Amino acid sequence: MYSKKVMDHYEHPRNVGQIVGADGVGKVGNPVCGDIMKIYLKIKDNVIVDVKFKTFGCGAAIATSSISTELVKGKTIEEALDITNKRVVDELDGLPPAKMHCSVLAEEAIKAAIADYYTKKGMSKEDIDKVCSLKNTVCVHSHDIGQE
Amino acid sequence: MKIKYFDHAATTKLNEDVLKEMLPYLTEEYGNPSSIYSLGRSNKKAIEDAREKVAKVFNADAKEIYFTGSGSESDNTAIKGVAYANRKKGNHIITTKIEHPAVLDTCKSLEKDGFEVTYLNVDSEGLVDLEELKNAITDKTILITIMFANNEIGTIQPIEEIGKIAKQHKIYFHTDAVQAVGNIDIDVNKLNIDLLSLSAHKFYGPKGVGALYVRKTVRFNKFIDGGHQERNKRAGTENVAGIVGLSKAIEMAYEKLDENNRHLKELRDLYISEIEEKIPYVKLNGHREKRLPGNANISFKFIEGESLLLNLDIKGICASSGSACTSGSLDPSHVLLAIGLIHEVAHGSLRVTFGIENTKEDVIELITELEEIVNRLREMSPLYEDFVDGTYTM
Ligand SMILES: Cc1ncc(COP(=O)(O)O)c(C=O)c1O
Ligand code: FES
Repeated sequence: MYSKKVMDHYEHPRNVGQIVGADGVGKVGNPVCGDIMKIYLKIKDNVIVDVKFKTFGCGAAIATSSISTELVKGKTIEEALDITNKRVVDELDGLPPAKMHCSVLAEEAIKAAIADYYTKKGMSKEDIDKVCSLKNTVCVHSHDIGQE
Repeated sequence: MKIKYFDHAATTKLNEDVLKEMLPYLTEEYGNPSSIYSLGRSNKKAIEDAREKVAKVFNADAKEIYFTGSGSESDNTAIKGVAYANRKKGNHIITTKIEHPAVLDTCKSLEKDGFEVTYLNVDSEGLVDLEELKNAITDKTILITIMFANNEIGTIQPIEEIGKIAKQHKIYFHTDAVQAVGNIDIDVNKLNIDLLSLSAHKFYGPKGVGALYVRKTVRFNKFIDGGHQERNKRAGTENVAGIVGLSKAIEMAYEKLDENNRHLKELRDLYISEIEEKIPYVKLNGHREKRLPGNANISFKFIEGESLLLNLDIKGICASSGSACTSGSLDPSHVLLAIGLIHEVAHGSLRVTFGIENTKEDVIELITELEEIVNRLREMSPLYEDFVDGTYTM
């Protein structure tokens, strides 16, 4: 069901972990099935110098997180913001139709992390919305996590 | 790589002796059971012998056994067959929220056709409440259909009590015993069961063949129109090899019931106790005692089931999960939600179902692999990170 590339990223995920003192942190939950992705960015002179992720979700969610971190590492913020979920899927040699929604999570998590970076830098919410084109799902969990 | 199979609730490997009994009916014994000459008659006899064997297991009469194409077909036949044949008496059916889709979807389709269905709740261990059942009965109730044992969490229902209640109220009682047959001693008279579904591939028989027990006194409609096979209830030239295989498999399962049960329970209890001891933040789903001998369903908190299954698959280990990510739908298993699990905990469920060919060594290997995989996935889990930070409780 999954491509070789997905399985490779699934078996050997790149850049797993967290960055202490990260410049931007993005956490998104997918409303479709309640999965969660968190991305940490270290940013220097407008360039993403380090990136780490953590993901609670299926194989596709883990693989898209992993490849997204590879795609943004060393890139400028503008370049990172240009990465679409379609690009992520193409890089993985495709995903099963039922798993396409998982790839959206990665794109949104990166945008959320960059938005967090801009917020910390004092940029206004309106301006952030303009550059990051955040969807409403960002940083809003699909359901109340932690309510027994 | 050797496959380690722990998914016997999904299906089982065909037993070699069962295959041997089936083979002649796939080769030289190719006659049609309805034909008059000896090549046909021998096939007819094979079916009738099989019927006797199956009836004997349940303390039933051979005339009360109908062969079908699957457990799903048996469920459909039982429920729709009774519903439509007894419509004049009433249009109300009682079932539970944790039935297999073969029952739930059949009930839903009847609802579209004017029937009313009550879906009983279950408690946190998956048991129905007998008082709730009694209260649900109306003078329109014609059928109670409650599964014998659940396929996901293994919980065994108080079937004898349910049978008594049904009998007192003169309501037909059907039970989906697909997971119970081969694991539990079942006497349809003692338990007051009027209809019972089973499927051969769950007890080391072939796939694509099932049976339905229907008490003689039950009125039910023909399910497949056509020829007069199966006492004019299910048309279609019989799957003779499958029927022979089913009867051999069920006979073998009940000959060794106690021995097999002891073995399965030993593996199950070893697995549950070791996991609970070695891996923190786990939850056993289902009832601790009233559960199928080979079933262990445990949620590993902070991780997701499909990624767990993929990791196990890399090691050649087969199991299953009730996670939404494996279901192809938006929600985790309806059974896990019915017992009150929150989505994240349902996501992390792993169903391991042992079979007779599994050994203690297999179980120990499974536990070792799981310890490592669960640790690795928790290290990757944002939920676990937040839990450790104290910003998330589960
Ligand atoms: C409880 C239960 N009912 C019905 C079925 C359906 O059986 P079959 O696969 O033979 O249609 C299954 C098997 O998955 C089951 O576990
Ligand atoms: S994260 Fe749930 S299906 Fe991919």
